[in-house]
Amino acid sequence: MKPFEYYAPETLEAAVEIMARYEEGVYPVAGGTDLIPKMRYGQIQPKVVVNLKRIPGLAEIVPQDDGSLKIGALATLTQVASSPKVRERYLMVAQIAGKMASVPVRNLATVGGNLCNAAPSADLAPPLIALDAEAVIFGPQGERRVPLEAFFTGPGQTVLGRGELLTAVVVPPPDPQARGTYIKHAHREALDIAIVGVAAWVRFEEGGSVCEDAHIVLGAVAPTPIRAREAEAAIRGAPLTEERIAEAGRLAAEAARPIDDVRGSAWYRREMVAVLTRRALFSVTISQ
Amino acid sequence: MNAKKYPLRLHVNGETYELEVKPQRTLLEVLRNELELTGTNEGCATGDCGACTVLLDGVPVTSCLVFALDAHERQITTIEGLGTTEALHPLQRAFVERGAIQCGYCTPGLIMSAYALLQQNPQPTEAEVRHFIAGNLCRCTGYTKVVEAVLAAAEVSEQ
Ligand SMILES: Cc1cc2nc3c(=O)[nH]c(=O)nc-3n(C[C@H](O)[C@H](O)[C@H](O)COP(=O)(O)OP(=O)(O)OC[C@H]3O[C@@H](n4cnc5c(N)ncnc54)[C@H](O)[C@@H]3O)c2cc1C
Ligand code: FES
Ligand code: FES
Repeated sequence: MKPFEYYAPETLEAAVEIMARYEEGVYPVAGGTDLIPKMRYGQIQPKVVVNLKRIPGLAEIVPQDDGSLKIGALATLTQVASSPKVRERYLMVAQIAGKMASVPVRNLATVGGNLCNAAPSADLAPPLIALDAEAVIFGPQGERRVPLEAFFTGPGQTVLGRGELLTAVVVPPPDPQARGTYIKHAHREALDIAIVGVAAWVRFEEGGSVCEDAHIVLGAVAPTPIRAREAEAAIRGAPLTEERIAEAGRLAAEAARPIDDVRGSAWYRREMVAVLTRRALFSVTISQ
Repeated sequence: MNAKKYPLRLHVNGETYELEVKPQRTLLEVLRNELELTGTNEGCATGDCGACTVLLDGVPVTSCLVFALDAHERQITTIEGLGTTEALHPLQRAFVERGAIQCGYCTPGLIMSAYALLQQNPQPTEAEVRHFIAGNLCRCTGYTKVVEAVLAAAEVSEQ
């Protein structure tokens, strides 16, 4: 790896000020579990690295007054997996956080790093988008918030502008009528990247099986994680029957824009989107 | 580019080291090359194999994915901090006695992972051991003996 200038600022303002000085070649580092391999493989060559881990408070997981939960960008996957605040409200997020990578990598890897690295396969993106999470961004102009769905603009690309950092994600209050699940399809249980990931979140009418609202989010099958909106529309407002679930699977597969790579062919990925969407919808129906 | 070095204070196995390192050096590189603690191995340098596992502030991490400067003022435990050749740590003894070491390349990382597991969960089930060490790859043993060794060490510590 090539040398770079290194900073470890102790406030968010200082970090942003350093970041904003450079037009390019400046990278924040959180866990380093995406950044360092990319440097090793020669995919990136930072001129400046800004370590975010000395900034207090960024790793905290804090319930907000309105019932939402703010998960600091620097919270590690281990923290998220074991946090009762996350487990009780958004089990699918805690569960996948506890299965990504491996124990020693999860102790380093952060929520913010997973999202900002913006791999189409990033495992936290589909469940957090399905839950309608917002990205909290801090930069030279202060704070702004964007829906997490709109945070990703391409592989490795986000809406973050010059000098901007992701400071947290805010997840809306849990809905007692809703169920969610995320299914990661990979060759191995540990140390593997998703071939396809599908998150489904469904709100049921009180005491019934009518689907009032649904979010279906696909990972690893498009340049960014995507909502399958036609599939969502196909099940909204009616009981979640086997036929409707099959139709949603078909429409989700149509929404996918997968590629061929070492993990799977585009054809296989599309087929698996249909399978996993059905599986996810059955599972939220049964667990109801 | 600049070859500037940065001051670094590391606390490793109870000793404090004052160093000057290049910013791109990983904790793994500094442990091996500067401190000559060569028990910690490099397998892949990209987080996949676990051969470089050490404890950082008490939790296991892949030291190839940590900039050395990020470990400034933090506590590190390596395999050299567990036992000595004369007085092996119960985990080390169990690995030897149970045939959980063949070429030995993965062993320091595996033992550091197992050590971390037993600290947080002194009586793990076999499934818990297997899940916890899933980040430590071993080309030789097939893991069965490794799991047996960890469970045996857990029993010894219980007595
Ligand atoms: C062995 C291994 C297995 C893995 N398995 C999985 C897996 O199962 N699923 C999965 O999704 N990923 C996996 N990953 C990828 C990686 O571990 C995760 O994406 C992780 O969450 C990245 O977080 P980090 O803190 O290490 O990011 P870093 O490497 O620190 O940063 C990643 C990128 O985001 C930028 N960045 C970091 N934080 C911020 C911030 N707050 N604001 C702005 N920019 C920021 C950095 O500049 C960098 O470009 C794996 C990686 C390894 C090495
Ligand atoms: S050398 Fe660090 S995980 Fe392989
Ligand atoms: S004993 Fe050879 S790699 Fe594990």
